[in-house]
Amino acid sequence: MYLDLKYRLSDAVCSVSTLPNIESISSYCGRYIDGFIVTIELMLTTCLCGFILAIGIVAARVGKVAPLRWLAYIFSYVFRGTPLLVQLWVFYYGIGGLGAETLGPLWVFFSSAWAVGFLVLTLNHSAYASEILRGGIVNIDRGNADAAYTIGMSKIQALRRILLPQALRISWPAYGNELVLVLKGSALISTISVMDLMGQTRTIFARNYDLNAYAVAAILYLFLAGTISFFIYCVERRLNKPYR
Amino acid sequence: MNEIIGVLSFGTEGWGDELLQGAWLTIQLAVCAMLLGLVLGTLLAAGKLSGFKPLSWLCNGYTLLLRGIPEFLVILYVYFSADSIINAVLGYLVTDTEYQLPKFLAAVIGLGMVFAVYACEIVRGAFLAVPLGQIESANAIGMSHIQVLTRITFPQMIRFSIPALGNLWLIVLKDTSLAAVIALDELLRISKVAGETESAQLTFLLCAAAIYLLVTMISDVVRSIFERRAMRGVVGI
Repeated sequence: MYLDLKYRLSDAVCSVSTLPNIESISSYCGRYIDGFIVTIELMLTTCLCGFILAIGIVAARVGKVAPLRWLAYIFSYVFRGTPLLVQLWVFYYGIGGLGAETLGPLWVFFSSAWAVGFLVLTLNHSAYASEILRGGIVNIDRGNADAAYTIGMSKIQALRRILLPQALRISWPAYGNELVLVLKGSALISTISVMDLMGQTRTIFARNYDLNAYAVAAILYLFLAGTISFFIYCVERRLNKPYR
Repeated sequence: MNEIIGVLSFGTEGWGDELLQGAWLTIQLAVCAMLLGLVLGTLLAAGKLSGFKPLSWLCNGYTLLLRGIPEFLVILYVYFSADSIINAVLGYLVTDTEYQLPKFLAAVIGLGMVFAVYACEIVRGAFLAVPLGQIESANAIGMSHIQVLTRITFPQMIRFSIPALGNLWLIVLKDTSLAAVIALDELLRISKVAGETESAQLTFLLCAAAIYLLVTMISDVVRSIFERRAMRGVVGI
Protein backbone atom coordinates (compact mmCIF):
# COMPACT_ATOMS: atom_id res chain seq x y z
CA MET A 1 0.00 0.00 0.00
CA TYR A 2 2.63 2.50 1.13
CA LEU A 3 5.07 1.03 -1.37
CA ASP A 4 2.51 1.50 -4.12
CA LEU A 5 2.12 5.11 -3.12
CA LYS A 6 5.87 5.63 -3.27
CA TYR A 7 6.19 4.17 -6.74
CA ARG A 8 3.25 6.15 -8.01
CA LEU A 9 4.76 9.32 -6.57
CA SER A 10 8.11 8.76 -8.23
CA ASP A 11 6.42 7.95 -11.55
CA ALA A 12 4.34 11.10 -11.32
CA VAL A 13 7.31 13.31 -10.52
CA CYS A 14 9.42 11.82 -13.28
CA SER A 15 6.72 12.14 -15.91
CA VAL A 16 6.44 15.89 -15.39
CA SER A 17 10.02 16.73 -14.47
CA THR A 18 12.09 18.45 -17.13
CA LEU A 19 14.85 19.17 -14.68
CA PRO A 20 18.06 17.73 -16.10
CA ASN A 21 18.33 17.97 -19.84
CA ILE A 22 21.28 15.65 -19.85
CA GLU A 23 20.33 12.31 -21.34
CA SER A 24 22.59 10.30 -19.03
CA ILE A 25 20.95 11.75 -15.93
CA SER A 26 17.30 12.09 -16.81
CA SER A 27 16.89 8.38 -17.45
CA TYR A 28 17.70 7.78 -13.78
CA CYS A 29 15.02 10.11 -12.44
CA GLY A 30 13.15 7.26 -10.78
CA ARG A 31 16.23 6.23 -8.86
CA TYR A 32 16.77 9.75 -7.55
CA ILE A 33 13.19 10.03 -6.35
CA ASP A 34 13.33 6.60 -4.67
CA GLY A 35 16.54 7.52 -2.88
CA PHE A 36 15.13 10.92 -1.96
CA ILE A 37 12.13 9.26 -0.32
CA VAL A 38 14.32 6.79 1.59
CA THR A 39 16.45 9.66 2.90
CA ILE A 40 13.35 11.55 4.05
CA GLU A 41 11.95 8.41 5.73
CA LEU A 42 15.22 7.92 7.59
CA MET A 43 15.42 11.59 8.57
CA LEU A 44 11.90 11.66 10.01
CA THR A 45 12.09 8.37 11.91
CA THR A 46 15.59 9.07 13.20
CA CYS A 47 14.78 12.55 14.43
CA LEU A 48 11.57 11.45 16.12
CA CYS A 49 12.98 8.38 17.87
CA GLY A 50 16.30 10.07 18.58
CA PHE A 51 14.58 12.99 20.24
CA ILE A 52 12.48 10.75 22.48
CA LEU A 53 15.56 8.73 23.42
CA ALA A 54 17.49 11.94 24.06
CA ILE A 55 14.87 13.08 26.59
CA GLY A 56 15.29 9.78 28.41
CA ILE A 57 19.07 10.21 28.45
CA VAL A 58 18.79 13.77 29.73
CA ALA A 59 16.44 12.60 32.49
CA ALA A 60 19.00 9.95 33.45
CA ARG A 61 21.87 12.44 33.40
CA VAL A 62 20.24 15.06 35.62
CA GLY A 63 18.54 12.41 37.80
CA LYS A 64 19.47 11.08 41.21
CA VAL A 65 20.29 7.44 40.37
CA ALA A 66 24.08 7.34 40.13
CA PRO A 67 24.52 4.21 37.95
CA LEU A 68 21.99 5.55 35.43
CA ARG A 69 23.83 8.88 35.40
CA TRP A 70 27.15 7.18 34.64
CA LEU A 71 25.60 4.97 32.00
CA ALA A 72 24.03 7.93 30.24
CA TYR A 73 27.33 9.81 30.42
CA ILE A 74 29.33 6.91 29.01
CA PHE A 75 26.76 6.32 26.27
CA SER A 76 26.86 9.91 25.07
CA TYR A 77 30.64 10.13 25.42
CA VAL A 78 31.28 7.01 23.36
CA PHE A 79 28.80 7.93 20.64
CA ARG A 80 30.14 11.47 20.39
CA GLY A 81 33.76 10.37 20.56
CA THR A 82 33.74 7.91 17.66
CA PRO A 83 32.98 8.57 13.99
CA LEU A 84 29.49 7.80 12.74
CA LEU A 85 30.97 5.68 9.96
CA VAL A 86 32.78 3.49 12.50
CA GLN A 87 29.57 3.04 14.48
CA LEU A 88 27.69 2.05 11.33
CA TRP A 89 30.33 -0.47 10.36
CA VAL A 90 30.62 -1.89 13.89
CA PHE A 91 26.89 -2.55 13.97
CA TYR A 92 26.42 -3.74 10.39
CA TYR A 93 29.67 -5.52 9.47
CA GLY A 94 30.78 -6.20 13.05
CA ILE A 95 27.70 -7.37 14.91
CA GLY A 96 25.75 -8.24 11.77
CA GLY A 97 28.75 -10.17 10.48
CA LEU A 98 28.56 -12.61 13.38
CA GLY A 99 26.00 -14.49 11.35
CA ALA A 100 22.58 -16.01 11.82
CA GLU A 101 23.68 -18.78 14.21
CA THR A 102 25.36 -16.53 16.76
CA LEU A 103 22.76 -13.79 16.68
CA GLY A 104 19.71 -16.04 16.90
CA PRO A 105 16.46 -14.08 16.86
CA LEU A 106 18.38 -10.80 16.58
CA TRP A 107 19.38 -11.82 13.06
CA VAL A 108 16.04 -10.66 11.70
CA PHE A 109 17.00 -7.15 12.76
CA PHE A 110 20.69 -7.15 11.90
CA SER A 111 20.23 -8.65 8.45
CA SER A 112 18.37 -5.53 7.37
CA ALA A 113 20.71 -2.71 6.41
CA TRP A 114 17.94 -0.15 6.73
CA ALA A 115 17.12 -1.23 10.29
CA VAL A 116 20.77 -1.15 11.38
CA GLY A 117 21.29 2.23 9.74
CA PHE A 118 18.20 3.56 11.44
CA LEU A 119 19.34 2.21 14.83
CA VAL A 120 22.83 3.69 14.59
CA LEU A 121 21.64 7.06 13.32
CA THR A 122 19.07 7.20 16.13
CA LEU A 123 21.63 6.34 18.83
CA ASN A 124 24.11 8.82 17.40
CA HIS A 125 21.53 11.59 17.10
CA SER A 126 20.24 10.99 20.62
CA ALA A 127 23.77 11.24 22.04
CA TYR A 128 24.32 14.65 20.46
CA ALA A 129 20.78 15.87 21.11
CA SER A 130 20.95 14.89 24.79
CA GLU A 131 24.13 16.92 25.18
CA ILE A 132 22.46 19.93 23.56
CA LEU A 133 19.32 19.60 25.70
CA ARG A 134 21.38 19.15 28.85
CA GLY A 135 23.24 22.35 28.01
CA GLY A 136 19.86 24.05 27.84
CA ILE A 137 18.75 22.68 31.21
CA VAL A 138 22.00 23.67 32.90
CA ASN A 139 21.53 27.20 31.64
CA ILE A 140 18.07 27.62 33.15
CA ASP A 141 18.00 29.76 36.28
CA ARG A 142 18.30 27.45 39.29
CA GLY A 143 15.34 29.20 40.95
CA ASN A 144 12.97 27.63 38.42
CA ALA A 145 13.71 24.12 39.57
CA ASP A 146 13.70 25.10 43.26
CA ALA A 147 10.32 26.79 42.88
CA ALA A 148 8.91 23.74 41.11
CA TYR A 149 10.07 21.42 43.91
CA THR A 150 8.80 23.83 46.56
CA ILE A 151 5.25 23.71 45.27
CA GLY A 152 5.48 19.93 45.45
CA MET A 153 6.34 18.80 41.93
CA SER A 154 8.28 15.58 41.60
CA LYS A 155 11.57 15.52 39.71
CA ILE A 156 9.84 14.14 36.61
CA GLN A 157 7.05 16.68 36.79
CA ALA A 158 9.51 19.55 37.14
CA LEU A 159 11.47 18.21 34.19
CA ARG A 160 8.44 17.82 31.98
CA ARG A 161 6.57 20.98 32.88
CA ILE A 162 9.23 23.51 33.81
CA LEU A 163 12.72 22.54 32.71
CA LEU A 164 12.38 20.78 29.35
CA PRO A 165 10.14 23.38 27.67
CA GLN A 166 12.58 26.11 28.61
CA ALA A 167 15.60 23.99 27.74
CA LEU A 168 14.09 23.35 24.34
CA ARG A 169 13.67 27.06 23.72
CA ILE A 170 17.25 27.84 24.73
CA SER A 171 18.83 25.00 22.82
CA TRP A 172 16.60 25.05 19.74
CA PRO A 173 19.10 26.79 17.42
CA ALA A 174 21.81 24.29 18.34
CA TYR A 175 19.33 21.46 17.95
CA GLY A 176 18.41 22.76 14.51
CA ASN A 177 22.06 22.61 13.49
CA GLU A 178 22.18 19.05 14.69
CA LEU A 179 19.18 18.17 12.50
CA VAL A 180 21.09 19.34 9.43
CA LEU A 181 24.05 17.26 10.60
CA VAL A 182 21.76 14.22 10.80
CA LEU A 183 20.76 14.81 7.19
CA LYS A 184 24.41 15.02 6.15
CA GLY A 185 25.30 12.01 8.27
CA SER A 186 22.49 9.96 6.79
CA ALA A 187 24.42 9.97 3.50
CA LEU A 188 26.87 7.58 5.15
CA ILE A 189 24.37 4.74 5.37
CA SER A 190 24.92 4.20 1.67
CA THR A 191 28.18 2.52 2.75
CA ILE A 192 26.19 -0.28 4.37
CA SER A 193 24.22 -0.77 1.17
CA VAL A 194 21.08 1.16 2.01
CA MET A 195 19.74 2.74 -1.17
CA ASP A 196 19.18 6.25 0.10
CA LEU A 197 19.76 9.32 -2.06
CA MET A 198 23.52 8.93 -1.79
CA GLY A 199 23.37 5.19 -2.44
CA GLN A 200 21.31 5.67 -5.60
CA THR A 201 23.64 8.45 -6.72
CA ARG A 202 26.68 6.24 -6.32
CA THR A 203 24.96 3.51 -8.32
CA ILE A 204 24.11 5.97 -11.07
CA PHE A 205 27.67 7.27 -11.12
CA ALA A 206 29.01 3.74 -11.28
CA ARG A 207 26.90 3.17 -14.39
CA ASN A 208 27.39 6.30 -16.45
CA TYR A 209 30.55 7.76 -14.91
CA ASP A 210 29.06 11.23 -15.27
CA LEU A 211 29.97 13.65 -12.47
CA ASN A 212 26.68 15.49 -12.97
CA ALA A 213 25.12 12.59 -11.09
CA TYR A 214 26.68 14.00 -7.91
CA ALA A 215 25.68 17.55 -8.80
CA VAL A 216 22.02 16.52 -8.99
CA ALA A 217 22.31 14.80 -5.60
CA ALA A 218 23.94 17.92 -4.17
CA ILE A 219 21.00 20.03 -5.32
CA LEU A 220 18.53 17.58 -3.76
CA TYR A 221 20.48 17.58 -0.48
CA LEU A 222 20.60 21.39 -0.51
CA PHE A 223 16.85 21.43 -1.02
CA LEU A 224 16.36 19.15 2.00
CA ALA A 225 18.77 21.17 4.14
CA GLY A 226 16.95 24.35 3.15
CA THR A 227 13.61 22.83 4.10
CA ILE A 228 14.98 21.81 7.50
CA SER A 229 16.43 25.27 8.07
CA PHE A 230 13.08 26.84 7.21
CA PHE A 231 11.31 24.48 9.62
CA ILE A 232 13.81 25.38 12.36
CA TYR A 233 13.26 29.07 11.72
CA CYS A 234 9.47 28.71 11.94
CA VAL A 235 9.62 26.77 15.21
CA GLU A 236 12.14 29.22 16.62
CA ARG A 237 9.79 32.11 15.97
CA ARG A 238 6.95 30.22 17.58
CA LEU A 239 9.05 29.32 20.66
CA ASN A 240 10.19 32.91 21.15
CA LYS A 241 6.75 34.42 20.70
CA PRO A 242 5.98 34.96 24.42
CA TYR A 243 9.39 36.56 24.97
CA ARG A 244 9.21 39.32 22.40
CA MET B 1 40.95 -14.73 24.13
CA ASN B 2 44.38 -15.77 22.91
CA GLU B 3 43.12 -15.58 19.37
CA ILE B 4 42.15 -11.95 19.79
CA ILE B 5 45.54 -10.98 21.18
CA GLY B 6 47.14 -12.98 18.38
CA VAL B 7 45.54 -11.01 15.55
CA LEU B 8 46.17 -7.70 17.30
CA SER B 9 49.82 -8.43 18.10
CA PHE B 10 52.72 -6.59 16.50
CA GLY B 11 55.02 -8.10 13.93
CA THR B 12 54.25 -10.22 10.90
CA GLU B 13 51.47 -12.33 12.38
CA GLY B 14 49.33 -9.63 13.93
CA TRP B 15 47.80 -6.42 12.67
CA GLY B 16 48.91 -4.24 15.61
CA ASP B 17 51.55 -2.25 13.74
CA GLU B 18 49.33 -1.84 10.68
CA LEU B 19 46.59 -0.43 12.86
CA LEU B 20 49.00 2.02 14.45
CA GLN B 21 50.22 3.09 11.01
CA GLY B 22 46.60 3.65 10.03
CA ALA B 23 46.02 5.71 13.15
CA TRP B 24 49.12 7.78 12.35
CA LEU B 25 47.82 8.41 8.81
CA THR B 26 44.47 9.41 10.28
CA ILE B 27 46.15 11.98 12.49
CA GLN B 28 48.26 13.30 9.60
CA LEU B 29 45.11 13.58 7.51
CA ALA B 30 43.27 15.41 10.28
CA VAL B 31 46.13 17.86 10.83
CA CYS B 32 46.46 18.64 7.11
CA ALA B 33 42.70 19.00 6.64
CA MET B 34 42.47 21.22 9.72
CA LEU B 35 45.31 23.47 8.49
CA LEU B 36 43.83 23.76 5.00
CA GLY B 37 40.42 24.43 6.57
CA LEU B 38 41.86 27.15 8.76
CA VAL B 39 43.64 28.87 5.88
CA LEU B 40 40.59 28.71 3.60
CA GLY B 41 38.34 29.66 6.51
CA THR B 42 40.41 32.73 7.33
CA LEU B 43 40.26 33.79 3.68
CA LEU B 44 36.49 33.23 3.68
CA ALA B 45 36.11 35.23 6.89
CA ALA B 46 38.21 38.04 5.45
CA GLY B 47 36.03 37.97 2.35
CA LYS B 48 32.86 38.11 4.41
CA LEU B 49 34.14 40.95 6.59
CA SER B 50 35.48 42.97 3.68
CA GLY B 51 33.39 45.88 2.51
CA PHE B 52 33.51 44.66 -1.09
CA LYS B 53 29.97 43.38 -1.65
CA PRO B 54 30.44 40.86 -4.50
CA LEU B 55 33.25 39.19 -2.56
CA SER B 56 31.17 38.83 0.59
CA TRP B 57 28.26 37.48 -1.48
CA LEU B 58 30.57 34.94 -3.04
CA CYS B 59 31.84 33.83 0.38
CA ASN B 60 28.32 33.66 1.78
CA GLY B 61 27.23 31.59 -1.19
CA TYR B 62 30.09 29.17 -0.68
CA THR B 63 29.17 28.82 3.00
CA LEU B 64 25.51 28.22 2.20
CA LEU B 65 26.38 25.62 -0.42
CA LEU B 66 28.86 23.62 1.63
CA ARG B 67 26.64 23.69 4.73
CA GLY B 68 23.84 21.76 3.07
CA ILE B 69 25.84 19.16 1.14
CA PRO B 70 27.03 16.03 2.97
CA GLU B 71 30.79 15.87 3.56
CA PHE B 72 30.71 12.43 2.04
CA LEU B 73 29.41 13.79 -1.26
CA VAL B 74 32.02 16.56 -1.29
CA ILE B 75 34.86 14.11 -0.77
CA LEU B 76 33.62 11.76 -3.48
CA TYR B 77 33.11 14.67 -5.85
CA VAL B 78 36.60 16.02 -5.25
CA TYR B 79 38.07 12.56 -5.59
CA PHE B 80 36.38 11.82 -8.90
CA SER B 81 36.51 15.28 -10.44
CA ALA B 82 40.00 16.40 -9.45
CA ASP B 83 41.75 14.04 -11.85
CA SER B 84 39.80 15.14 -14.88
CA ILE B 85 40.22 18.82 -14.01
CA ILE B 86 43.96 18.51 -13.43
CA ASN B 87 44.43 16.43 -16.56
CA ALA B 88 42.44 18.90 -18.62
CA VAL B 89 44.63 21.77 -17.39
CA LEU B 90 47.80 19.75 -17.85
CA GLY B 91 46.75 18.65 -21.30
CA TYR B 92 46.11 22.24 -22.25
CA LEU B 93 49.42 23.46 -20.84
CA VAL B 94 51.90 20.76 -21.68
CA THR B 95 51.11 17.39 -23.13
CA ASP B 96 48.68 14.59 -22.61
CA THR B 97 49.80 13.20 -19.30
CA GLU B 98 47.79 10.96 -17.07
CA TYR B 99 48.23 12.55 -13.70
CA GLN B 100 46.38 11.02 -10.81
CA LEU B 101 45.76 13.02 -7.67
CA PRO B 102 46.96 11.05 -4.66
CA LYS B 103 44.07 9.87 -2.50
CA PHE B 104 45.58 11.56 0.51
CA LEU B 105 45.54 14.93 -1.23
CA ALA B 106 41.99 14.39 -2.49
CA ALA B 107 40.82 13.61 1.04
CA VAL B 108 42.64 16.64 2.46
CA ILE B 109 41.14 18.97 -0.15
CA GLY B 110 37.64 17.58 0.32
CA LEU B 111 37.74 17.75 4.09
CA GLY B 112 39.48 21.15 4.03
CA MET B 113 36.78 22.58 1.76
CA VAL B 114 34.06 21.44 4.15
CA PHE B 115 35.77 22.58 7.33
CA ALA B 116 36.70 25.95 5.87
CA VAL B 117 33.04 26.84 6.34
CA TYR B 118 33.11 25.98 10.04
CA ALA B 119 36.51 27.63 10.55
CA CYS B 120 35.24 30.73 8.78
CA GLU B 121 32.45 31.19 11.32
CA ILE B 122 34.89 30.67 14.20
CA VAL B 123 37.41 33.19 12.87
CA ARG B 124 34.69 35.69 12.08
CA GLY B 125 33.13 35.31 15.52
CA ALA B 126 36.50 35.73 17.23
CA PHE B 127 37.29 38.82 15.17
CA LEU B 128 33.97 40.44 16.01
CA ALA B 129 34.37 39.54 19.70
CA VAL B 130 37.34 41.89 20.12
CA PRO B 131 35.85 45.05 21.66
CA LEU B 132 35.82 47.99 19.27
CA GLY B 133 37.01 50.31 22.05
CA GLN B 134 40.34 48.53 22.22
CA ILE B 135 40.94 48.93 18.50
CA GLU B 136 39.99 52.60 18.70
CA SER B 137 42.37 53.14 21.63
CA ALA B 138 45.14 51.38 19.75
CA ASN B 139 44.53 53.65 16.77
CA ALA B 140 44.42 56.65 19.07
CA ILE B 141 47.87 56.00 20.51
CA GLY B 142 49.23 55.86 16.98
CA MET B 143 49.48 52.17 16.08
CA SER B 144 49.32 51.32 12.40
CA HIS B 145 46.69 48.92 11.04
CA ILE B 146 49.22 46.09 10.94
CA GLN B 147 50.29 46.80 14.50
CA VAL B 148 46.68 46.78 15.71
CA LEU B 149 46.14 43.48 13.99
CA THR B 150 49.26 41.76 15.32
CA ARG B 151 49.27 43.24 18.82
CA ILE B 152 45.64 43.75 19.77
CA THR B 153 43.26 41.78 17.57
CA PHE B 154 45.18 38.63 16.77
CA PRO B 155 46.32 37.60 20.27
CA GLN B 156 42.80 37.96 21.58
CA MET B 157 41.27 36.13 18.65
CA ILE B 158 43.33 33.10 19.61
CA ARG B 159 41.90 33.18 23.12
CA PHE B 160 38.33 33.56 21.90
CA SER B 161 38.55 30.82 19.33
CA ILE B 162 40.33 28.04 21.22
CA PRO B 163 37.22 26.26 22.57
CA ALA B 164 35.53 26.30 19.16
CA LEU B 165 38.72 25.24 17.38
CA GLY B 166 39.05 22.33 19.80
CA ASN B 167 35.54 21.24 18.85
CA LEU B 168 36.36 21.59 15.17
CA TRP B 169 39.46 19.45 15.60
CA LEU B 170 37.33 16.67 17.08
CA ILE B 171 34.87 16.88 14.18
CA VAL B 172 37.70 16.83 11.61
CA LEU B 173 39.32 13.89 13.35
CA LYS B 174 36.12 11.88 13.23
CA ASP B 175 35.31 12.80 9.66
CA THR B 176 38.69 11.63 8.38
CA SER B 177 37.11 8.18 8.58
CA LEU B 178 35.22 9.13 5.39
CA ALA B 179 38.49 8.73 3.53
CA ALA B 180 38.11 4.98 4.03
CA VAL B 181 35.43 5.07 1.33
CA ILE B 182 37.89 6.34 -1.29
CA ALA B 183 40.18 3.48 -0.21
CA LEU B 184 42.79 5.55 1.58
CA ASP B 185 44.54 3.26 4.04
CA GLU B 186 43.71 5.12 7.22
CA LEU B 187 42.64 3.56 10.50
CA LEU B 188 39.11 2.59 9.56
CA ARG B 189 39.98 1.00 6.24
CA ILE B 190 42.90 -0.92 7.72
CA SER B 191 40.57 -2.28 10.40
CA LYS B 192 37.99 -3.24 7.79
CA VAL B 193 40.54 -5.02 5.63
CA ALA B 194 42.10 -6.72 8.64
CA GLY B 195 38.69 -7.81 9.88
CA GLU B 196 37.81 -9.28 6.50
CA THR B 197 41.12 -11.10 6.23
CA GLU B 198 40.98 -12.58 9.72
CA SER B 199 37.18 -12.94 9.60
CA ALA B 200 36.94 -11.10 12.90
CA GLN B 201 35.27 -7.89 11.81
CA LEU B 202 33.75 -7.03 15.16
CA THR B 203 37.10 -7.25 16.97
CA PHE B 204 38.92 -5.00 14.54
CA LEU B 205 36.14 -2.45 14.11
CA LEU B 206 35.73 -2.17 17.88
CA CYS B 207 39.49 -1.78 18.09
CA ALA B 208 39.31 1.10 15.60
CA ALA B 209 36.49 2.67 17.60
CA ALA B 210 38.59 2.40 20.76
CA ILE B 211 41.56 4.11 19.08
CA TYR B 212 39.34 6.94 17.83
CA LEU B 213 37.92 7.30 21.33
CA LEU B 214 41.40 7.38 22.84
CA VAL B 215 42.57 10.10 20.45
CA THR B 216 39.41 12.07 21.23
CA MET B 217 40.07 11.81 24.96
CA ILE B 218 43.69 12.95 24.59
CA SER B 219 42.54 15.84 22.40
CA ASP B 220 40.07 16.87 25.08
CA VAL B 221 42.81 17.01 27.69
CA VAL B 222 45.13 18.96 25.41
CA ARG B 223 42.37 21.40 24.61
CA SER B 224 41.68 22.13 28.26
CA ILE B 225 45.40 22.73 28.86
CA PHE B 226 45.51 25.18 25.95
CA GLU B 227 42.34 26.84 27.17
CA ARG B 228 43.79 27.39 30.62
CA ARG B 229 46.99 28.72 29.13
CA ALA B 230 45.14 31.13 26.89
CA MET B 231 43.05 32.37 29.80
CA ARG B 232 46.08 33.24 31.95
CA GLY B 233 46.19 36.93 32.72
CA VAL B 234 42.43 37.27 32.24
CA VAL B 235 40.65 38.46 35.35
CA GLY B 236 38.71 35.53 36.74
CA ILE B 237 35.08 35.08 35.90
